[in-house]
Amino acid sequence: MHKITRTDTASSVVGLSNVHKSFGALKVLNGVSFEVNRGEVLVLIGRSGSGKSTALRCIDRFETIDSGEIVVCGHRVSDPKLNLRALRQDVGIVFQSYNLFPHLTIEENITLAPCSVKGISKAQAKEQARRVLAQVGLEDKLHQYPEQLSGGQQQRAAIARSLAMQPKVMLFDEVTSALDPELTGEVLKVIEALAADGMTMVMVTHEMGFARGIANRVVFMHHGKVHETGPAAILTSPATPELAQFVGTGL
Amino acid sequence: MNLNLDFATIFERWPAFLQGALLTLQLAFIATALGTVIGVLGAIGRRSSHPIVARICGIYVEVIRNTPLLVQIFLVYFGLASLGLKFSAFAVAAAALTINVGAYTTEIIRAGFDSIPRGQIEAAEGLALSRAQIYWYVVMWPAIEKVYPSLTSQFVLLMLASSVTSQISAEELTAVANYIQSDTYRAFETYILVAIVYIILSLVMRAGFWLLGLVIFPRRRRLGTPL
Ligand SMILES: Nc1ncnc2c1ncn2[C@@H]1O[C@H](COP(=O)(O)OP(=O)(O)OP(=O)(O)O)[C@@H](O)[C@H]1O
Ligand SMILES: [Mg+2]
Repeated sequence: MHKITRTDTASSVVGLSNVHKSFGALKVLNGVSFEVNRGEVLVLIGRSGSGKSTALRCIDRFETIDSGEIVVCGHRVSDPKLNLRALRQDVGIVFQSYNLFPHLTIEENITLAPCSVKGISKAQAKEQARRVLAQVGLEDKLHQYPEQLSGGQQQRAAIARSLAMQPKVMLFDEVTSALDPELTGEVLKVIEALAADGMTMVMVTHEMGFARGIANRVVFMHHGKVHETGPAAILTSPATPELAQFVGTGL
Repeated sequence: MNLNLDFATIFERWPAFLQGALLTLQLAFIATALGTVIGVLGAIGRRSSHPIVARICGIYVEVIRNTPLLVQIFLVYFGLASLGLKFSAFAVAAAALTINVGAYTTEIIRAGFDSIPRGQIEAAEGLALSRAQIYWYVVMWPAIEKVYPSLTSQFVLLMLASSVTSQISAEELTAVANYIQSDTYRAFETYILVAIVYIILSLVMRAGFWLLGLVIFPRRRRLGTPL
């Protein structure tokens, strides 16, 4: 199994070591360790309930851990004195249910955080909104409201909103699971372009073909543990019977 | 049976009616404005993770919702008097109505806050917004938009209920009517006219809230769909 020796190397963006996490009596993470270096794409896969979302949410401190250590962009996430908002300026997170703010236009959705968190000017933020929307192919939707967009467009807008904060790492949790197959492709293309641009990413996905194409590293979670990890090739030639069974059914 | 209505003597008193109506509107305006502020703060308080704060706000709401408005008015009126504080009847009426409507708006706005999906708040947290910024930008505005119809009905009800403050001789519309009918012995005509004036005030308030809604909810104005 993957072993982390150093989590503070210059190129390490996300490092989990021996992370344990329970919800009440339910042990969800049982000694999880993995590391993501700058520019890498790590794909988390595993059965429903294996703890993928929980692991991802721990990185951005949406869940607190019971023991172990998480270091993200130099922030010690497990430290109770963590500067949470500083961490979250470095980490972008996109959820399955896009969660755009329904009462704001796409432009307002995107400029809200840069203006109120980073304090950049309205004009600058609007300029940047145009740029990130172009990046996801939605420059014409600037003044629309979320409900006027399709699911795929809303998800791309949500990605753009995260990008506007210029994060050092992006987390994606099954961002295409709520979408029809024909809308899934447009979102995956955006993520591929981000990866090609060198964005560091951790993503949970059930799209195995996509994972094979984009992953620098795959982490297969099983019963709260990293059961198998390696390059994308492990998806085609798994070493453990559990992963073999998972990709067999998952394809 | 011989119904003999004489409105002429009543109409002669129109300046007094107008005065009373304006005072009623003023009471309603003050209580609406301050009540909204109290409602927002009260709703935040009721959702607070601080148990004492949540408890105090809960008690405030329950006490107000389970006592008659008139008793609340007397409590403020005699309470202030027994503290040796002298306020005008108008000030006491405005204070009592504000305290009263504040409790109802607290409950309405709290329901609005609770209706904001958890995911919206998490998305805002993920964007590094502070708690205050999340409340202001992500929770409060859509929450108020959602409960705006209940909220505005509550304020219209409050305007009508303000007639009770005639009991402490605030010179609002009903007090004016009480005085005029005892002066003219034309009680029925007086209250018919007063009822019509209240209906007009209600319509004025509803129109005002409708216009305000267009200004503060741009999405609603453009798309016309409920949030
Ligand atoms: N806030 C919570 N409180 C209690 N239990 C939780 C909570 N969040 C997750 N769980 C439980 O923890 C386990 C792991 O959940 P998690 O969401 O991490 O799984 P997952 O691998 O993402 O699954 P899926 O593929 O279905 O999204 C599940 O059994 C889930 O019910
Ligand atoms: Mg999940």
